[in-house]
Amino acid sequence: MRATAGLTALALLSIAWLGGIAPARAESASPPSGCEVPAYLLSSESELKKVAEAVKTDGRLDILVIGSRSATVVAPNGSGFPGRMEAALRDKLPGVAVKVDLRLQIKKTAAEVSGELGQILGEGQPPTLVIWQTGTVDAMRAVDPDDFRTAVDEGVATLQKRGSDVVLMNLQYGPRMETMITTAPYLDVLRVVAQQHGAPLFDRFAIMHHWNETGQFDLFNNSRGIDLAKRVHDCLGRALASFVIGAARVNPAELRTPRQ
Amino acid sequence: MTSVTDPSSHSARPACAAGDGRATVDAPLVPAPPPAPCKPAVAAGGERELRLDLFRGLALWLIFVDHLPPNLFTWLTIRNYGFSDATEIFIFISGYTAAFVYSRAMTERGFVVAGARILKRVWQIYVAHVFLFTIFLAEISYVATSFENPLYTEEMGILDFLKQPDVTIVQALLLKFRPVNMDVLPLYIVLMLFLPPILWLMQRKPDLTLGLSVGLYALAWEFNLNLPAYPNGVWFFNPFAWQLLFVFGAWCALGGARRMAPLLSSRVLMALCVVYLLAAFFITMTWHLPQLGHFVPRVIEQWMYPINKTDLDVLRFMHFLALAALTVYLLPSDWPGLRSPWLRPAILCGQHSLEIFCLGVFLAFAGHFVLAEVSGGAVIHFVVSLSGIVIMSAAAAVFSWYKHVAAKGGKDAKSAETNADLAGGGS
Repeated sequence: MRATAGLTALALLSIAWLGGIAPARAESASPPSGCEVPAYLLSSESELKKVAEAVKTDGRLDILVIGSRSATVVAPNGSGFPGRMEAALRDKLPGVAVKVDLRLQIKKTAAEVSGELGQILGEGQPPTLVIWQTGTVDAMRAVDPDDFRTAVDEGVATLQKRGSDVVLMNLQYGPRMETMITTAPYLDVLRVVAQQHGAPLFDRFAIMHHWNETGQFDLFNNSRGIDLAKRVHDCLGRALASFVIGAARVNPAELRTPRQ
Repeated sequence: MTSVTDPSSHSARPACAAGDGRATVDAPLVPAPPPAPCKPAVAAGGERELRLDLFRGLALWLIFVDHLPPNLFTWLTIRNYGFSDATEIFIFISGYTAAFVYSRAMTERGFVVAGARILKRVWQIYVAHVFLFTIFLAEISYVATSFENPLYTEEMGILDFLKQPDVTIVQALLLKFRPVNMDVLPLYIVLMLFLPPILWLMQRKPDLTLGLSVGLYALAWEFNLNLPAYPNGVWFFNPFAWQLLFVFGAWCALGGARRMAPLLSSRVLMALCVVYLLAAFFITMTWHLPQLGHFVPRVIEQWMYPINKTDLDVLRFMHFLALAALTVYLLPSDWPGLRSPWLRPAILCGQHSLEIFCLGVFLAFAGHFVLAEVSGGAVIHFVVSLSGIVIMSAAAAVFSWYKHVAAKGGKDAKSAETNADLAGGGS
């Protein structure tokens, strides 16, 4: 009896908790053009100090996106989220020279990418920010989550040592994928590693899940058309731009008035 | 986990079997025999099994819900409130009941006969696994041919294995290729395969057996032992680590529980359990509400993470132990609620665990499918979860009914045995 009561209490507690979150979500300011993302998914406690510095003092922002196949859309260049983010950043940060590069690492696990980071970054000035989208290949190959963790851990350390800010991005959410790919351990690893290194985590999985739940996008969609993918990537790019600006604690309004 | 405070249970069971000729026949094959034939014989015997059945039934429900995409129901599963989850409960109780039943067979009929029975059981589980794999293959092939959303081009690469079905199917038969949600049965098969020697030793030197099990667990951690999986990686549930729970269950069943009884009624221990469970609860909350993360000191975080499910992290094992100890403490074997019709569905499910487990995996596949075709929505999610549980309970009721009827009808022991096999609850 007492056990049952305990369980019930737990359930009630959790519901109360969820209830507590809900209003906060509703109040969040909605990003433009229907790509609504709850504020808590766009804020991070970790700061992008180098980004803030580069934007405020140098007026430039070099971003390198390291991603797998899901960082792109089979379509004209620039319709994947990296290109959309570039456009959104230019829009939001007038007067800042924004440059986004994409290095696709197709079918490579985090360990493989991590080992080649030196090569990927090349010599010379490291980018201000590296956005590392990873986990998909590892989840598909069911790589041991421990090994995955070590790989991401080392990769982030390497990037930070080279002098870049790092944002980690996790897997896509796909309702039909859940039967086939175990995502939870890889999502957990990314969250933990991000927290440990003070690197903001862009929770692509939760955001897409949210869109699917609220019906903004029908991710069950079966059509072979490119349209849905393009719209999702557009919204992801915008969300990512807001996320980066937020994590850098940059107020775009202040930038509009040059401080000379 | 349960029954530990009930020292009379062991004498009670044989009495029950002796009082009912049929029960002797099917009991060795059915770890959690239906209380119906036993009830009139010995009440105490029936009760101890009910607690095991109840929690195994609940574990089966939770496993089913956890296999579905997250929804409102998922918030009721214990993995959201602590480190361990339903898998621990399932494996522990399986070890407990298997040891309990087959050790009696071993005493009565000898090592060879009992061993043969266990192997027969292993075969049944293996066939069940292959059956589920077939269903999985059908579903996946359907998805592969009908779903070409360019958004998921990369993820669809997971279906590349369909291009070489020869390799994939052979790997599945070798238990190396285990798609999502099909990890538990291979673990169970391997554990059961090694049950005869475990039992043999356990009957002679229980503490040594448990010690060896702990040793193997430690070795698995030290040397990263695991079985290889296909196409790469290792088993999701490392049998070298998870055997600990299974053997611990067996140890409890063969007298360990009785010996621990004084310990388990200690208030100090219970207080420690509560503290640990609360700490685990808080840590788990920080996963759902990262804002709470600040309150966890970095040192603890670094020491604690990752909490490894594959290798049955010590934190998970401890969490299960605490949960089990507290349950035994709070829920006496004579708790009248165990006879309540409300718990009856869970108990019935627990009594037919293999069938219900397989049904649960199948229903999870079907649930995914329905959710994919009808397109989500919280209401549909809820309906799918609930109807899954209802179907599982209804099936369990039918199994019980059939077994009861078949046993009554079949006069000769042989047919009764066959029927018991077919309907036998999982051990």
